[in-house]
Amino acid sequence: MGRSEELYETSANDLQALRLELIAIGSPYSESLAIGKAIRVALNQELVGASALIKTNDEIAFFPPVTGG
Amino acid sequence: MNYSVSIQKEDFDLSHEVAHLRKGDPRVGAVCSFIGTVRSHGDGQAVTALELEHYAGMTERSIEKMITLARERFDIWGARVVHRVGVLHLEDQIVLVAVSSAHRAESFKACEFLMDYLKTQAPFWKRECTPEGSHWVDARVSDDQALAKWGIQSDNAI
Repeated sequence: MGRSEELYETSANDLQALRLELIAIGSPYSESLAIGKAIRVALNQELVGASALIKTNDEIAFFPPVTGG
Repeated sequence: MNYSVSIQKEDFDLSHEVAHLRKGDPRVGAVCSFIGTVRSHGDGQAVTALELEHYAGMTERSIEKMITLARERFDIWGARVVHRVGVLHLEDQIVLVAVSSAHRAESFKACEFLMDYLKTQAPFWKRECTPEGSHWVDARVSDDQALAKWGIQSDNAI
Protein backbone atom coordinates (compact mmCIF):
# COMPACT_ATOMS: atom_id res chain seq x y z
CA MET A 1 0.00 0.00 0.00
CA GLY A 2 3.05 2.17 0.03
CA ARG A 3 2.82 3.15 3.67
CA SER A 4 4.10 1.52 6.81
CA GLU A 5 1.48 2.80 9.24
CA GLU A 6 -1.47 5.12 9.72
CA LEU A 7 -4.05 5.95 12.35
CA TYR A 8 -7.53 4.92 11.25
CA GLU A 9 -10.91 5.25 12.94
CA THR A 10 -13.44 2.56 12.25
CA SER A 11 -16.75 1.24 13.53
CA ALA A 12 -15.93 -2.26 12.24
CA ASN A 13 -15.80 -4.84 15.01
CA ASP A 14 -13.90 -7.56 13.21
CA LEU A 15 -11.05 -7.74 10.73
CA GLN A 16 -13.14 -8.88 7.79
CA ALA A 17 -15.47 -5.88 8.23
CA LEU A 18 -12.45 -3.57 8.48
CA ARG A 19 -10.96 -5.02 5.30
CA LEU A 20 -14.25 -4.48 3.43
CA GLU A 21 -14.50 -0.94 4.80
CA LEU A 22 -10.98 -0.12 3.59
CA ILE A 23 -11.65 -1.66 0.17
CA ALA A 24 -14.72 0.56 -0.16
CA ILE A 25 -12.53 3.68 0.28
CA GLY A 26 -10.86 2.90 -3.04
CA SER A 27 -7.23 3.06 -4.12
CA PRO A 28 -4.76 1.91 -2.85
CA TYR A 29 -6.77 -0.28 -0.43
CA SER A 30 -9.13 -1.61 -3.08
CA GLU A 31 -6.21 -3.12 -5.01
CA SER A 32 -3.96 -4.14 -2.10
CA LEU A 33 -6.68 -5.77 0.00
CA ALA A 34 -8.92 -7.02 -2.84
CA ILE A 35 -10.94 -10.10 -1.90
CA GLY A 36 -9.27 -13.18 -3.34
CA LYS A 37 -5.76 -11.83 -2.77
CA ALA A 38 -3.61 -13.76 -0.31
CA ILE A 39 -3.42 -11.47 2.72
CA ARG A 40 -2.13 -12.33 6.20
CA VAL A 41 -3.43 -10.36 9.15
CA ALA A 42 -1.75 -9.57 12.45
CA LEU A 43 -3.62 -8.19 15.44
CA ASN A 44 -1.36 -6.57 18.03
CA GLN A 45 1.61 -8.29 16.37
CA GLU A 46 0.14 -11.83 16.41
CA LEU A 47 -1.02 -13.68 13.30
CA VAL A 48 -4.80 -14.17 13.48
CA GLY A 49 -7.67 -15.40 11.31
CA ALA A 50 -9.64 -13.07 9.04
CA SER A 51 -12.64 -12.86 11.37
CA ALA A 52 -10.83 -11.91 14.62
CA LEU A 53 -12.57 -9.25 16.72
CA ILE A 54 -11.01 -5.80 17.10
CA LYS A 55 -11.24 -3.11 19.78
CA THR A 56 -10.03 0.42 20.46
CA ASN A 57 -6.28 1.03 20.10
CA ASP A 58 -5.57 -2.32 18.45
CA GLU A 59 -2.57 -2.46 16.10
CA ILE A 60 -3.64 -4.18 12.89
CA ALA A 61 -1.39 -5.15 10.01
CA PHE A 62 -2.41 -6.50 6.59
CA PHE A 63 0.48 -7.97 4.65
CA PRO A 64 1.33 -10.45 1.89
CA PRO A 65 2.45 -14.05 2.58
CA VAL A 66 5.79 -14.06 4.38
CA THR A 67 8.99 -15.18 2.66
CA GLY A 68 11.81 -15.05 5.21
CA GLY A 69 14.44 -17.60 6.11
CA MET B 1 18.70 -20.84 30.11
CA ASN B 2 20.08 -19.38 26.92
CA TYR B 3 17.51 -18.25 24.39
CA SER B 4 17.90 -15.18 22.22
CA VAL B 5 16.81 -13.55 18.99
CA SER B 6 18.50 -10.82 16.93
CA ILE B 7 17.25 -9.05 13.84
CA GLN B 8 20.17 -7.14 12.35
CA LYS B 9 21.77 -5.74 9.22
CA GLU B 10 25.22 -6.94 10.21
CA ASP B 11 26.67 -10.34 9.37
CA PHE B 12 27.06 -13.01 12.06
CA ASP B 13 29.79 -15.48 12.96
CA LEU B 14 28.76 -19.12 13.50
CA SER B 15 31.69 -20.00 15.78
CA HIS B 16 31.08 -17.00 17.99
CA GLU B 17 27.34 -17.66 18.21
CA VAL B 18 27.74 -21.36 19.02
CA ALA B 19 30.47 -20.66 21.58
CA HIS B 20 28.11 -18.26 23.34
CA LEU B 21 25.25 -20.75 23.17
CA ARG B 22 27.32 -23.49 24.88
CA LYS B 23 29.24 -21.35 27.34
CA GLY B 24 28.67 -22.09 31.01
CA ASP B 25 26.26 -24.96 30.40
CA PRO B 26 27.92 -28.33 30.99
CA ARG B 27 24.62 -30.14 30.35
CA VAL B 28 25.08 -29.45 26.63
CA GLY B 29 26.26 -32.49 24.66
CA ALA B 30 25.00 -31.50 21.22
CA VAL B 31 24.63 -28.38 19.12
CA CYS B 32 22.85 -28.30 15.78
CA SER B 33 22.84 -25.27 13.50
CA PHE B 34 21.37 -24.18 10.19
CA ILE B 35 22.49 -21.27 8.03
CA GLY B 36 20.50 -19.98 5.06
CA THR B 37 22.47 -18.09 2.39
CA VAL B 38 21.76 -16.04 -0.73
CA ARG B 39 21.87 -18.24 -3.84
CA SER B 40 22.15 -17.24 -7.46
CA HIS B 41 18.91 -18.69 -8.79
CA GLY B 42 15.37 -18.08 -7.62
CA ASP B 43 12.46 -19.41 -9.65
CA GLY B 44 14.48 -19.86 -12.82
CA GLN B 45 15.89 -16.33 -12.79
CA ALA B 46 19.42 -15.16 -12.12
CA VAL B 47 19.47 -13.43 -8.75
CA THR B 48 22.11 -10.77 -8.10
CA ALA B 49 21.00 -9.64 -4.63
CA LEU B 50 18.18 -9.87 -2.10
CA GLU B 51 16.47 -7.15 -0.16
CA LEU B 52 14.87 -8.23 3.11
CA GLU B 53 12.18 -6.29 4.96
CA HIS B 54 10.44 -7.15 8.21
CA TYR B 55 7.71 -5.96 10.54
CA ALA B 56 9.75 -4.62 13.44
CA GLY B 57 8.38 -5.63 16.82
CA MET B 58 6.23 -8.45 15.53
CA THR B 59 9.26 -10.23 14.08
CA GLU B 60 11.00 -10.58 17.44
CA ARG B 61 7.74 -11.59 19.14
CA SER B 62 6.93 -14.25 16.58
CA ILE B 63 10.39 -15.81 16.85
CA GLU B 64 10.27 -15.74 20.66
CA LYS B 65 6.94 -17.54 20.42
CA MET B 66 8.40 -20.21 18.15
CA ILE B 67 11.26 -20.77 20.60
CA THR B 68 8.70 -21.23 23.39
CA LEU B 69 6.90 -23.82 21.25
CA ALA B 70 10.19 -25.60 20.53
CA ARG B 71 10.98 -25.76 24.26
CA GLU B 72 7.57 -27.33 24.92
CA ARG B 73 8.19 -29.99 22.26
CA PHE B 74 11.87 -30.82 22.62
CA ASP B 75 14.38 -31.27 25.45
CA ILE B 76 16.65 -28.39 24.54
CA TRP B 77 18.92 -26.22 26.66
CA GLY B 78 19.34 -23.19 24.44
CA ALA B 79 18.45 -21.63 21.11
CA ARG B 80 19.87 -18.75 19.12
CA VAL B 81 18.18 -17.15 16.10
CA VAL B 82 19.78 -14.41 14.01
CA HIS B 83 18.01 -13.06 10.92
CA ARG B 84 19.50 -10.37 8.74
CA VAL B 85 17.54 -7.61 6.98
CA GLY B 86 18.48 -5.04 4.36
CA VAL B 87 20.40 -5.64 1.13
CA LEU B 88 22.23 -8.97 0.93
CA HIS B 89 24.47 -10.16 -1.88
CA LEU B 90 25.23 -13.57 -3.40
CA GLU B 91 26.74 -16.01 -0.89
CA ASP B 92 25.87 -13.73 2.05
CA GLN B 93 24.46 -15.35 5.17
CA ILE B 94 20.75 -14.63 5.76
CA VAL B 95 19.64 -16.61 8.80
CA LEU B 96 21.11 -18.67 11.61
CA VAL B 97 19.27 -21.10 13.88
CA ALA B 98 21.36 -22.93 16.47
CA VAL B 99 20.05 -25.22 19.21
CA SER B 100 21.77 -26.95 22.11
CA SER B 101 20.64 -30.09 23.94
CA ALA B 102 21.99 -33.11 25.83
CA HIS B 103 21.74 -35.48 22.85
CA ARG B 104 21.74 -34.90 19.10
CA ALA B 105 18.21 -36.02 18.25
CA GLU B 106 16.57 -33.19 20.16
CA SER B 107 18.69 -30.40 18.70
CA PHE B 108 18.39 -31.77 15.14
CA LYS B 109 14.60 -31.86 15.46
CA ALA B 110 14.29 -28.51 17.21
CA CYS B 111 16.52 -26.81 14.63
CA GLU B 112 14.37 -28.09 11.76
CA PHE B 113 11.17 -27.19 13.61
CA LEU B 114 12.38 -23.63 14.19
CA MET B 115 13.31 -23.12 10.53
CA ASP B 116 10.02 -24.62 9.30
CA TYR B 117 8.13 -22.32 11.66
CA LEU B 118 10.14 -19.23 10.73
CA LYS B 119 9.60 -19.73 6.99
CA THR B 120 5.82 -19.37 7.23
CA GLN B 121 5.11 -17.50 10.49
CA ALA B 122 7.72 -14.75 10.90
CA PRO B 123 6.99 -11.47 9.09
CA PHE B 124 9.93 -11.17 6.69
CA TRP B 125 9.66 -10.42 2.98
CA LYS B 126 12.30 -11.00 0.33
CA ARG B 127 12.76 -9.00 -2.82
CA GLU B 128 14.92 -10.60 -5.52
CA CYS B 129 17.08 -8.36 -7.68
CA THR B 130 17.77 -9.75 -11.17
CA PRO B 131 19.28 -8.22 -14.32
CA GLU B 132 15.68 -7.65 -15.53
CA GLY B 133 14.63 -5.78 -12.38
CA SER B 134 13.41 -6.70 -8.91
CA HIS B 135 10.32 -8.49 -7.64
CA TRP B 136 8.85 -9.77 -4.37
CA VAL B 137 9.40 -13.49 -3.84
CA ASP B 138 6.29 -15.70 -3.84
CA ALA B 139 5.51 -17.82 -0.79
CA ARG B 140 5.83 -21.59 -1.30
CA VAL B 141 3.17 -24.16 -0.52
CA SER B 142 6.03 -26.59 0.24
CA ASP B 143 6.95 -24.41 3.24
CA ASP B 144 3.41 -24.75 4.62
CA GLN B 145 3.69 -28.51 4.10
CA ALA B 146 7.00 -28.55 5.98
CA LEU B 147 5.31 -27.03 9.03
CA ALA B 148 2.34 -29.39 8.69
CA LYS B 149 4.55 -32.38 9.47
CA TRP B 150 4.89 -30.95 13.01
CA GLY B 151 1.11 -30.86 13.35
CA ILE B 152 0.83 -27.11 12.83
CA GLN B 153 -1.45 -25.88 10.06
CA SER B 154 -0.21 -22.96 7.98
CA ASP B 155 -1.97 -21.28 5.07
CA ASN B 156 0.74 -18.73 4.38
CA ALA B 157 1.09 -19.46 0.66
CA ILE B 158 -2.64 -19.85 -0.08
